[in-house]
Amino acid sequence: MSLIGERGVRRILAVTAFSAISALLLIALFILNEGLPFIFRYGLHDFLLKSDWDPQAGKFGIYPMVAASLWVTFGAMVVGAPLGVAGAIFLSEFVPKSVMRVIKPTIELLAAIPSVVYGFIGVMVLAPLIRTQLGGPGLSLLAASIILGIMILPTVISISIDSIQAVPQSYREGSLALGATTWQTIHMVTVRAAKSGIIASIILGMGRAIGETMAVIMVAGNAVKIPHSALDSVRSLTANIALEMSYATGLHRQALFATGVILFVVIIILNSFAIVVLRKRVYKK
Amino acid sequence: MRIHPRYTQRLAVTILGGATLLTLAVLVFIIVFVLEKGLPVVNFRFLLTNAEDMGRSGGIFTTLIGTIVLPLLAIIVAAPLGISTAVYLTEYTLETKVTKIIRFGTDCLAGIPSIIFGLFGFIFFVTTLGLGWSILSGGLTLAFMILPTIIRTTEEAVKAVPKSYRQVSFSLGATRWQTVKRIILPNALPGILTGIMLGIGRSIGETAAVIFTAGSSLRLPTSIFDSTRTMAVHFYILAREGLSSENAYGTAATLIIAVLAINLTAYWMMGRFIAKRS
Repeated sequence: MSLIGERGVRRILAVTAFSAISALLLIALFILNEGLPFIFRYGLHDFLLKSDWDPQAGKFGIYPMVAASLWVTFGAMVVGAPLGVAGAIFLSEFVPKSVMRVIKPTIELLAAIPSVVYGFIGVMVLAPLIRTQLGGPGLSLLAASIILGIMILPTVISISIDSIQAVPQSYREGSLALGATTWQTIHMVTVRAAKSGIIASIILGMGRAIGETMAVIMVAGNAVKIPHSALDSVRSLTANIALEMSYATGLHRQALFATGVILFVVIIILNSFAIVVLRKRVYKK
Repeated sequence: MRIHPRYTQRLAVTILGGATLLTLAVLVFIIVFVLEKGLPVVNFRFLLTNAEDMGRSGGIFTTLIGTIVLPLLAIIVAAPLGISTAVYLTEYTLETKVTKIIRFGTDCLAGIPSIIFGLFGFIFFVTTLGLGWSILSGGLTLAFMILPTIIRTTEEAVKAVPKSYRQVSFSLGATRWQTVKRIILPNALPGILTGIMLGIGRSIGETAAVIFTAGSSLRLPTSIFDSTRTMAVHFYILAREGLSSENAYGTAATLIIAVLAINLTAYWMMGRFIAKRS
C-alpha cells in the first residue's frame, strides 16, 4: 500500500464511488441517443397516441401497448397493493417479533424467484383456469395482472413493514392509553403515521410492474390491440420491445429504443418520487 | 350503523391474517409446483449432458456452464466497484450534496427494469464496443444491474462495525486505509458476502438483460467472447416455443434450487452477522 499511499487510496475510492451514478448516466445517454431522434422525427403525439403498429409499413403508433401497460399495471396494483399492505400490517402489528424474523425473509424469497418461473406458473396454472372458468383465450390482461400483483408483493410488504416499524412506539401507547383497541390504533394512528412509506412502497411496486418483461410476455397473450375486457389478450410496452428486438433493424429498431425511452422516463419519475418520500421520512426521525 | 370495536378488531385480524396466509401460500405453491413436476427429470445425466435437438431432448450442461460463468464475471466486476463505493461513502466522506447524489443514483439504478439493461447492453457492449453477443457483454451488463445491491448491503455491513473499533485503531496510530483494510473490511465481511450472494442470485434468474447481450448459443463457450445461454434463458425458450415441457420443468427445478440455495445462504450469513453484532 506504500506504493499508492493514503491519498492515492482516497482518490481511487472517490473515483469508484461514482460508478453507480456513471452507470445510470451511461444507460440514460445510450438509450436516449438511440431513441430520442426517432421520437422527434415521428412526433411524440403520433408515437404515443396512434394505434397503428405496423413496422413493415413504417407505422409506429404504440397506443395499444401504452394502454395495455397501464391496464396491466393498474390490475397488478388492485391485486398486489391491498394484499401487500394488509400483510405488512399483520406482520408488524399482530405477529411476535421472533415469528416475523422468519416470515419476512421468506416473503422476500418471492422476489428471488426468477420472473420466467412466474410466467411459467401463469401459463401452466392460471391461464387454463381463466380459460375454463371465465372464457377467453386465458393468456390475458387478467392473468398478467394477477401474476404481476404477486410479483410486487415482496416490494410492497418489505418496505411497508419498514415504515410501519419506524413509527415511534409512543404513538401506539398514547392511543392505547386513550382506550382505543389495537385495530383502532392501527388504522387511526400507526398507518396514518406510516402513510408516506406505504405509498412509496406501492409506487416502487408500480415501477416493478411497468418494467416487468418476461413474465408478461408469457402470460399476457401479446396481441397488439387496445384491450376492451380483462379477458383480452394484450401486449405491454416491455413485451413489444423484447418480442421484436431480436429481428428489428433500422427504423423499427429505433422505434423499439424509443419505446425504451418512454419506459425509462416513466420509471425514473416514479422511482425518484418514491425515493424522495422515503428519504424524507428517514430524515424527519 | 356502528359496529362494536371488538368486532371490527376481530374482523380486521381475520382479513389481515388471511392476506398474509394467502401470500405465504402462493410462495409455497410456486416452489412445490415447480419442484414436484421438475425434480423427477433432474439427475446427473440431465445436468451433465448437452442439450440435443434445440433442447427437445438431452440435458442442460452448457446452460449450467453459462449460468455459472455469467454471474461470476458480473461479480468480479461489480464487487470491487460496489465495495469501494460503499467504503468511500461510509468511511471517507461526510453527508454532502455529492454523497446524496451518489445515493440517489444508486437507488435509481436499482429500480431500472431489466429490459432497459438489456437494451443498453445491446447497444453499448454488443454494438458500440463491438463485443458481440458474448459472455463479456452479458457479464458486464449484469455487473451494472447488481451494483446497487452490493453497494447497499456493503454500506449496511460497514456501518454495523462498532465505532469503538475505529477509535481503537486510530488511537494506535493506524491510518484510515489501514483501519479500513485490517479492521473494518474483515469485520464487515459476512455482510458484504451476503450482498454478493444476493447479486449472484439476481444474475442467475435474469432473462431479459441476458438474452440480448449474451445471446442464446447452446455450444460450450471456449472464451469470454463466445455467446452462451443461461438456464433462465434456456427455460424461457423451452417454455415459450413449447419444445419440451419435461425438460422445461427440469430446468425450472434446477433454477429454483440454485436460486433458493443462494438466497438462503445469504440470509443465513446475514442472520449470523446480525447476531454477532448485537
